[in-house]
Amino acid sequence: MIGFLSTTGAGEPSFWLPSQSSTIAQRVDSIWEFIFWLSVFFFALVVVLGARFALKYRAARGQGTVATTDHNTVLEVVWTVIPTLLVVVLFWIGFRTYIDMSTPPENAYEIQVTGQKWQWLFTYPNGYVDENLHAPVNTDVVLVMTSEDVIHSMFIPAFRTKQDVVPGRYSKLWFNATETGEFDIYCAEYCGTSHSDMGAKAIIHPEGEYEPWLKDASNLHGRFPPVEIGEKYYKRFGCKQCHSLDGGAGIGPTFKGLYGTMERLSGGGSVLVDENYIRESILNPQAKVTEGYSPVMPTYQGRFNDQDITAIIEFIKSVE
Amino acid sequence: MSTAATTPDSNYLNVTKGALSWLLTLDHKRIGILYLVSILSSFFLGGMMAMLIRTELLTPGDTIMTADQYNQVFTLHGAIMIFLFIIPGIPAALGNFVLPLMLGAKDVAFPRLNLMSWWLWITGAFIAVASILINAVDTGWTFYTPYSTTTGTSVTLIVTGVFILGFSSILTGLNFIVTIHKLRPKGMTWFKMPLLLWGLYSTAIIQVLATPVLGITLLLLAMERVMGIGIFDAALGGDPVLFQHFFWFYSHPAVYIMILPAMGVISELISVFSRKHIFGYKFIAFSSIAIAVFSFLVWGHHMFTSGQSELVNMIFSALTFSVSIPSAIKVFNWLATMYKGRIQLDTPMLYALSFLFLFTIGGLTGLFLATLATDIHLHDTYFIVAHFHYVMFGGTVIAFLGGLHYWWPKMTGKMYNEKLGRIASVILFVGFNVTFFTQFVMGSRGMPRRYFHYQEQFTSLNQLSSVGSYIMAVAFFMIAGYLLHSLAKGRKAPANPWGANSLEWHTPSPPPFDNFDREMRGVDPYDYTGWKYDESIEGYVPVGGGDGTRDSRAV
Repeated sequence: MIGFLSTTGAGEPSFWLPSQSSTIAQRVDSIWEFIFWLSVFFFALVVVLGARFALKYRAARGQGTVATTDHNTVLEVVWTVIPTLLVVVLFWIGFRTYIDMSTPPENAYEIQVTGQKWQWLFTYPNGYVDENLHAPVNTDVVLVMTSEDVIHSMFIPAFRTKQDVVPGRYSKLWFNATETGEFDIYCAEYCGTSHSDMGAKAIIHPEGEYEPWLKDASNLHGRFPPVEIGEKYYKRFGCKQCHSLDGGAGIGPTFKGLYGTMERLSGGGSVLVDENYIRESILNPQAKVTEGYSPVMPTYQGRFNDQDITAIIEFIKSVE
Repeated sequence: MSTAATTPDSNYLNVTKGALSWLLTLDHKRIGILYLVSILSSFFLGGMMAMLIRTELLTPGDTIMTADQYNQVFTLHGAIMIFLFIIPGIPAALGNFVLPLMLGAKDVAFPRLNLMSWWLWITGAFIAVASILINAVDTGWTFYTPYSTTTGTSVTLIVTGVFILGFSSILTGLNFIVTIHKLRPKGMTWFKMPLLLWGLYSTAIIQVLATPVLGITLLLLAMERVMGIGIFDAALGGDPVLFQHFFWFYSHPAVYIMILPAMGVISELISVFSRKHIFGYKFIAFSSIAIAVFSFLVWGHHMFTSGQSELVNMIFSALTFSVSIPSAIKVFNWLATMYKGRIQLDTPMLYALSFLFLFTIGGLTGLFLATLATDIHLHDTYFIVAHFHYVMFGGTVIAFLGGLHYWWPKMTGKMYNEKLGRIASVILFVGFNVTFFTQFVMGSRGMPRRYFHYQEQFTSLNQLSSVGSYIMAVAFFMIAGYLLHSLAKGRKAPANPWGANSLEWHTPSPPPFDNFDREMRGVDPYDYTGWKYDESIEGYVPVGGGDGTRDSRAV
């Protein structure tokens, strides 16, 4: 019962709310707490009066009527005016904080975000792409977001912030994390089959550790063999949503044992799956579609360079 | 049918026989019963979907179905409950039966139109259910674009069904507006109407004005899907957020189509079972109209995170708070009505008290959502799911059940088992809170809605919620059981079992085909001084003698 009534605590999750890990979270929680206690008060008022009346005035079956006054203008005006004043206050404090939540500070560190079924991609200022959100602690960070397909919604509970990600337009969300560590990111706008698996982590680095991380992470080709890079891209750029590795059916053909086979094409003819066919299918997927599949794959023209494509080909070769 | 024999034992149920005498009836009471059977069948179907949802969510991973099946099941739960059950629930089923009786009228203004509404409903429902059998939609009941224009499921078909259901709703609304304007009896001024009629009147205004917008939206959606005309899909040059504006311009007022008649029912129940005149009649009546008007101006609060401008968000936040005031007024008036009453805790009153408790939680949690700063965190989480169910189930469905028990003797001429009625209402109350209060906690802790998989940390809350839903199922099977039993074996209902004074209680239970055997005059519906309890019939009779069905004491 004590847990039930404990509302907010700095940092740690409370009964009601997740950990309080951004500058805005603290302000949102104090408003949350105000509304909570206001609600507890009015709920108690209604329930105590209702229960008291129901018990005190309870009567046996078959009662006649009881004549008392059937209106009292002063009373009714009072219980109209008091709630009105209270909601004016609520509106105002909610609006004040909301304006600060929705206005990114100047000079905030910018990260580009793409939502697609069913994955988040974060593009850092140097062009590096990662499936998790990395950011420095105690820094204003703004996410500039758009969607490749349907509407998604970026939701970071520990930061108390959320913003829809809409195809054909950009939306922004900003935060300033006050704690280091990993925090959950969810997609909050229903987007189909794997909506509930469209998660990511917000990884907040301690002072001075973010830039070195970015530099290190960006150097993929210097750190990993092509097959491993190909595997990372497979997971990171949405390939895995449609192409299985175990022969399982999917929206696209499985990668298992794909390399070197002859595939029948929709519209007639067939093609040998070699380096050039894979390359063409990544850059111009609609050119030769395997029989039995729909031409739904988006082009990756401009998103991969030759080195990246080579890595992906090496990975596909390795899936036997 | 006008030549039907009118022996003393003749009533609307036995005056004619055969399936066609029901399917083509122009009698508002029979049409009310047709609706009642139809919407309860829908409720059963929607309830089964709810059970599937809660069973799937017993574990964080896959439990009994695939992700795609889950998405279809929650979509159908929402679509069936909203469009087939809760929108027509109180107005078309209870309203059709009660409204002309409360007016002392023989029927609604346009009986043929009324029958047509029901047939439209059946057609729309049939098409919507057919879409389930063909390839059930997976868009959520909100049909958000561009998902709904790109998914492979039968969106066009269910949208056609909902479009037709919309016309059913519009025609019922139109019929009720005209009936209330033109068929009030002598002496029944606007402020002598039972408050349920104010609720139904406000509802009808919304039905007539808002439903066409839904029709237009669904047509545009179908045009985009079928003909590829770019309206909402960004890939075709459209605007996906425009759909949300259109959709909520109808669907927010629709929430008040659902709750306003429920509030009307509660006003009747609290006064009758407190044996006391309703407190603050005019404030309650005007608050219904105020809610109907405000309901058109708050749709943007569904879109605080959609990317609409800060200015628009500010305006919609402010307007949304304005709806809370008339709702609060009603709650205080109901409490004041109970004060110093002689409270009878019969089944309908237990539902009214449940309503007070649950609707208060539903209303107060709305404050978190109208406040911009807190809504951003809570939007699209289980907090919304819980809030919505507290208002729609804790409010509307509970009021519907209260009304159903209250008018059951009038509709069927039979009394149900009172003891089982009370027990079931308590079980339902407990089950509901276990199911949905837990969802407030899940939501504020950050669990998004429409999630097939969820994180381990939410497991115990989800399991508790599922257990609650099974408790609710038990209550519903009890209710179905004793109500059906009463039809066969129930005690004969007196004309006025509760000592109410609105006009439907001035005629036998069940009423004769023509409703009344005399011309009725308006009375104060909340003045119970003319009735006294008669032990021998376990019902009320006029103080001046007789059984209250032969002479109108107001004449």
